[in-house]
Amino acid sequence: MGLIHAPREKALRVTCVRNSGAFGRRLMEMGLIEGAVLAVLRRAPLGDPLHIRLGDYELSLRSREAELIDVSPL
Amino acid sequence: MFDPCTGCGERATRVCCCAATTARKTATIALVGNPNTGKTVLFNALTGFRRKVANYPGVTVDIGEAPIRGSRHDLELLDLPGTYSLAAASPDEMVVCNVLSGRVSGRPQPDVILAVVDASNLRRNLYLLSQLLDFGLPVVVALNMLDVARARGLEIDVGRLAERLGVRVIPVIATDKRTLPPFIATLDAALAELRPPRPAPLPSVIEQSAAQLAASNGQLSRGESLRVLLDHEGYAEREFLAQGGSAAELDAARRLLETAQIDGPAAEIRARYAWIDSALEGVVARSQHGRSTWSSRLDRILTHKLGGFALLLVVLCLVFQSIFYAARPLMSAIEALFELVGAQAAQLLPEGVFRSLLVDGVIGGVGSVLVFLPQVMILFALIALLEDCGYMARAAFMVDRLMRGMGLSGLSFIPLLSSFACAVPAIMSTRTIADRRERCVTMLVIPFMSCSARLPVYLVMIGALVPDINYFGGLIGLPALVMLAMYLVGIVAAIPVGWLLRKTTFSGPTSGFLLELPSYKLPRLGTVLQRAYSGGRSFLVRAGSIILVLNVVVWALAYFPHDAAARSLVEQQAQAADWGPERLKAELDAQQLRDSYLGRLGQGIEPVLRPLGWDWRIGVSVLASFPAREMVVATLGTLFNLVESSGGAESLHQALQSATWIGTDQRLFTLPVALSIMVFFALCAQCGSTLIMIGREMRSIAWPAASFFGMTILAYLAAWGTYAAAQAAGL
Repeated sequence: MGLIHAPREKALRVTCVRNSGAFGRRLMEMGLIEGAVLAVLRRAPLGDPLHIRLGDYELSLRSREAELIDVSPL
Repeated sequence: MFDPCTGCGERATRVCCCAATTARKTATIALVGNPNTGKTVLFNALTGFRRKVANYPGVTVDIGEAPIRGSRHDLELLDLPGTYSLAAASPDEMVVCNVLSGRVSGRPQPDVILAVVDASNLRRNLYLLSQLLDFGLPVVVALNMLDVARARGLEIDVGRLAERLGVRVIPVIATDKRTLPPFIATLDAALAELRPPRPAPLPSVIEQSAAQLAASNGQLSRGESLRVLLDHEGYAEREFLAQGGSAAELDAARRLLETAQIDGPAAEIRARYAWIDSALEGVVARSQHGRSTWSSRLDRILTHKLGGFALLLVVLCLVFQSIFYAARPLMSAIEALFELVGAQAAQLLPEGVFRSLLVDGVIGGVGSVLVFLPQVMILFALIALLEDCGYMARAAFMVDRLMRGMGLSGLSFIPLLSSFACAVPAIMSTRTIADRRERCVTMLVIPFMSCSARLPVYLVMIGALVPDINYFGGLIGLPALVMLAMYLVGIVAAIPVGWLLRKTTFSGPTSGFLLELPSYKLPRLGTVLQRAYSGGRSFLVRAGSIILVLNVVVWALAYFPHDAAARSLVEQQAQAADWGPERLKAELDAQQLRDSYLGRLGQGIEPVLRPLGWDWRIGVSVLASFPAREMVVATLGTLFNLVESSGGAESLHQALQSATWIGTDQRLFTLPVALSIMVFFALCAQCGSTLIMIGREMRSIAWPAASFFGMTILAYLAAWGTYAAAQAAGL
C-alpha cells in the first residue's frame, strides 16, 4: 500500500522506499527505511503535505514524496 | 596536532593534562549536530553568549566561535551549522564536511568533534554520529535533552551506550545550568584520553572502493572518500573534481560498486542504521509509549483546517503590525535624534562643504542605516520566538501548498510576508531556507513586495491626485482601491518572475519539503534576544557601511558643483522681490538641486522619462531616493519649492497639484502621471539597502545588478503602459 493511501493514526511499517536521487537519499537518512515504523497523523489544511510520526519524531512530507514509500499495516 | 606541552613536553593527538596546567593547551572543538537538538543553546551555555562570527573565503554561512568557560584548558568551540547528514545537500552542509576535513582556508582542522545528540530521538541522531566517526578525529558525544527524554518515558543506559559507540558519552541538559560544571569537568577529563574512534562497519565492497579512491588520490580521509564516492553529483564530488581530483579514479572506484551490483548510497544508509539498531539494543528503556501528548493535542488545534488558518492569520497580523507599528516610535526617535545631532552640528560649524558633508552626508547617512535597526531586530526576535516554540515549522507546513506555484516551499512564506514591512530584514530572514536555489529566488522576489518605504510615495500621490470617489455606499473609496492595487501589482509581478527564475537559472530538483516538526515548547528568552542581537549586528556590519557610502555619494552628486555665482543671483532676486528668509532658503535649495550633477543627470535623461509622463524633476526625485525610497517625498518638496515652515502633507499636495511643465501652464501631475509614478515605485528595485543586502547574502555583485536593471526595466515598461492606458481611458 502506498503511504499516500494509508489510513490516519494507524501504525505502519515501511516495506519499500523507491530511492530516487538525492531526495530519496535524504528520506532514507532521516530514518525512512525498510522496517521503520510510522503513522500518518494528519494532512495540512490544503490537503498537502502530510504530517507523519516516524519513530521518536515528527516530520512533514509532500504527497509526491510520499509516493516513493510503500507501507503495510503493523 | 597540539604543540608540545611546556610542562612535560608531551606531543600527541591529545590534550596534555600534566601537572603543569599553568601551561594551558589551546584546542579547537567542533560542535556538530542535527537541527533541533539544542545545539545553539548548548553553545551559548558553554561559552556564555560570546559568539564571535568569523568569515572564511567561500563559506556562505556564519561559523560562530567562542572559548568554553570554566574549562581547565583553553578550548575554542566552533558552532557549525545543524545538519542531518554529511552527504551534503546544500552548501551550508558542505561547510560542516569541509571544516572537519580542514579544507577551509584560514581555519585549521579542529582537534575534537563534540557531537550533540538528542536523547529523546537517539536513532536518527546517531546517523550523523556514525558519519562523524569516519573522519578520524576523536569524537565526544554530548547527550542532550535528557529531561525531554525522561518526560517521554525514555530511560537511557549511558554507560552501555558509550561502550557500544566506542566514544565518550557525557550527559547534559543544556537548558539546566546545574548540569554544565559536571559536563565541562567530564569533558576536560575526556580530552586527556582521546583516541581515534572506531567507525561503523560498512559493506566490504564500499570500504574497498573508498579505500581505493583514498589511496589513489592520497589526500582524502576515509570520511571524505566515502562522501565523494557515494554522493553522486553531490557537493563533495563537485569539490573533489574542482580541486583537481581525477574523474577516472572516481569512476574506477564506482565501477567496483557496480560490478558488485550494489546501490552504494542505499547500502551505506542501511548499514549505518543496522549498526545504530544493534548499538541501541537494550540501551533505551521505554516506560510508556509515545511523545508528549499535549504537543499532539496542540497540533490538532493549531493545524486545524479552519482554526489553524485563522490563527496563522492572527499571528501574521501580529508579526506584521510589530514590524510596521511597534518599530515606528523607535524609528521616529532615531530620526529625531539624528536630526537633532545634525542641527547641533550645523550650528557649530560654518556654512560650507564640510558642514554639508557632515550634516547631510555622514550624520544623515548613519541615521538612514540605524533607522532600519528596530525593524531588523524586532523581526529577528519574532522569527526566533516562532521558531523556538515550534510554530514556525507548522506555519510552513500549512502554507507549503500555496507557495509551490512559484516553485518555492512553505519556508519562503515568512520572509515574503515580512518584506511588506521592509525588504532588508526579510532578505536576512531567508537564512532559514535550507535549499540554496529556493533561498535565492525568494531573495530576488522580495523587492517586489510593497515595503513600508513605498507607502509615503503612495500616500503623497494618492492624497494629491486621486479623486475621493466612494463606491458601494461609502464602503470603499477610490484612494483605498488604488492603494490596494499598488500592493497587488508587486505580488502579481512576483509570481511569474519567481516561477521563471526557478525554471531557468535556479532550476533543479525541488529540495522536497522534508521538514521536521519539533514538539512545541516554551521559547527561551536568551535565544530570542541573542537572535535579535546577532541579526542587528550582522545588518550593521554587512550592510551598514555600504549604505553609508551610498548616502554620501548621492549627497555629493546633489551638492556639487556648488556655484556661488548662481546662489548670489537668487539672493539678488530675493532682495528685489522682498522674499522672507524661508522663501529664500527654499529657492536656494531648489536652485542647488537643479544645477547639481544629480539635477543635470535628471535633465539628461528627461527624453527617456517623457513616455512615462514625467519631467526631469520627477526623474531627479527618483534618482535621489536611491539610498532610501522615502527620500522621494523630501526631494519633490525641494524641487517644487515647498517652503518648509509651512510644510506638512497638505502643502505638498497643493504644490504638486499646481505644478506645471516648466515654461507652460500645462499641469504636470495628472492622474495618469501619478499612477505611472506609483506603478514605477511598486516594481522598481529603487532601494540601495535592499540591493546591498541581496549582494551580501548571495555573495554576488551580478545578482543585485541583475535585480536592479531587470526590475527597473520592468518598472519602466509597466509605468509606460499604465500612463498610456490611463491617458487612453481619458483619466
